[in-house]
Amino acid sequence: MKEIFVLAEHRQGKIRDITYEMLGAGDKIVAQGNDSLTAVLLGKGVKNFAEDLALRTSKVLVMEDENLQNFNSVLFQKALSSLISKYQPLLTLIGHTAFGMDLAPSLSVEIGFPFVTDCIGLSLEGGQLKTTRSIYGGKVNANVSLRESQGYIATVRPGIFAPKMPGEEKGGIIIEPSPLKGATDVKRFVEYIEAPITGEDITQAEIIVAVGQGIGGPEHIPIIEEVAKNLGGVIACSRPVVDRNWLPKERQVGISGKTVKPKVYIAIGISGAFQHVTAMQGSETIIAINKDPRAPIFGVADYGIVDDFQNVMTILKEKTKGMK
Amino acid sequence: MKIAVCVKRIPKTAEADIFIEKDGKDIRKDNLVFHLNDWDGYAVREAALLKEKHGGTVTVLSIGPEEAKEVLTRCLAMGADKGLRIEEPAVRDGHLIAKILAQALRDQSFDLILTGVQAEDDGCGQVGVSLAQLLGLPHAAIVNKIEINGDRALVKKELEGGIEENVELRLPAVLTIQTGINEPRYVSLAAILEAEEKEMEEVSLEKLGLTPDEPLEATVDQVFFPPVGKMAEILKGNSEEVAGKLTEILKKKKG
Repeated sequence: MKEIFVLAEHRQGKIRDITYEMLGAGDKIVAQGNDSLTAVLLGKGVKNFAEDLALRTSKVLVMEDENLQNFNSVLFQKALSSLISKYQPLLTLIGHTAFGMDLAPSLSVEIGFPFVTDCIGLSLEGGQLKTTRSIYGGKVNANVSLRESQGYIATVRPGIFAPKMPGEEKGGIIIEPSPLKGATDVKRFVEYIEAPITGEDITQAEIIVAVGQGIGGPEHIPIIEEVAKNLGGVIACSRPVVDRNWLPKERQVGISGKTVKPKVYIAIGISGAFQHVTAMQGSETIIAINKDPRAPIFGVADYGIVDDFQNVMTILKEKTKGMK
Repeated sequence: MKIAVCVKRIPKTAEADIFIEKDGKDIRKDNLVFHLNDWDGYAVREAALLKEKHGGTVTVLSIGPEEAKEVLTRCLAMGADKGLRIEEPAVRDGHLIAKILAQALRDQSFDLILTGVQAEDDGCGQVGVSLAQLLGLPHAAIVNKIEINGDRALVKKELEGGIEENVELRLPAVLTIQTGINEPRYVSLAAILEAEEKEMEEVSLEKLGLTPDEPLEATVDQVFFPPVGKMAEILKGNSEEVAGKLTEILKKKKG
């Protein structure tokens, strides 16, 4: 019997959703064979999470150390690699998140296990890891096989796997000693910087008209904003629009921006990268306008228009007058 | 400061028709336009800005075919001083790319090594952080601000939900650069022509102590179009007609 490790992700006193999603992904793999699911909890003052995780796993490993209070990849890597050498899990799952992307690649190099990132599908076939990844901006999927090995490390895309719910049975909680001997001089956590609360709060809007890089330039924003106003809604955008300074950061819908669930979400010139989609797919009705019929955004939209947005917007501006 | 930036030449797939190769292992690329990976462009610009502030040199490296020199020239036009094209392996994965870059960068006494957070094509988000471990250097991923103070770098990292994190690193270090860290500057044709005069080196894998067919950790067996699940109902007609249908839907759905 082999173990599957799931590295619990938490920040500022909260378990992050990706943890439960990875447990969901791990659970499916465990169900296929006779492996077992173990949650690995690193931090300080995190014992209360262990009880919750124990209801979703067969075992929780808890390592507490004051130097694991905030995320520092150097120290987390040391802590996790010590547990991997001790327990020899066949597979270690880590979130494909800001936390995991800072930790997993260097960990895999240190341990020498084959490594694959951003998985949307995972299976173990005869002890060999096979995964599915989404590539070329979501236009194509790839089946990827990893070389045969005693162990694997994979990062998991957020928002893909159904979260594991708590069960009746409770797994064991094991307290592990920390291998850390103080802090490190090489890398130091300084502080968190909260998002400033300024300008329009797009999360409160019932109608959102969001623009992407596909609109071509900031000169097209006024007409789209006018349509948004006619509808009693607000304008928002995807990340590349903020990167190019066409709209301010507070308008950004995405993993690194805001998560929104309006009644109507209109996506104009947005291709549909997962970082954007995860943050808007809870909208009641999604309408996508894009020139490219193969754009992944049409996979999440309820209605689609394959046309030049300028033509549509010019007419829509007139038709929506007084609709508010 | 001696800065290295690792860049990738990639095919533009947004708004392009995609076809799958006969062997099923990749998409066809002969119909696609190639360019500098978006993230890497920000990294090169950031290196140029750091050079303006602190002095020094910027070297850009790319593993790729002969045509990779075009993106390197673009990087030189953006302010880099020297380009290095590394022969590409027959097959690749993120680990091998990191290994090749590590061989090229080792013992070169760079103060700072930058990569993009990820590449637009395979989206691995792996190379920079793996490279740091191979070189035994500290790293930070998803960086959107860099301040250099002597042998330390204070960097801001982007987390989820608009939250950011300040981290201090000892130099030399490897940073993976997030888009939006700076304002890209227009690259003029004159700058490109001037850049063609700058130093451009090429190196083989053999010279770096590697063979063209190194073993891989991860192999692509097959690529395929994502299964069509729920698909949008496409509104048909000319612009006038679809705008009309859309107005009706909006009236109904906005409540």
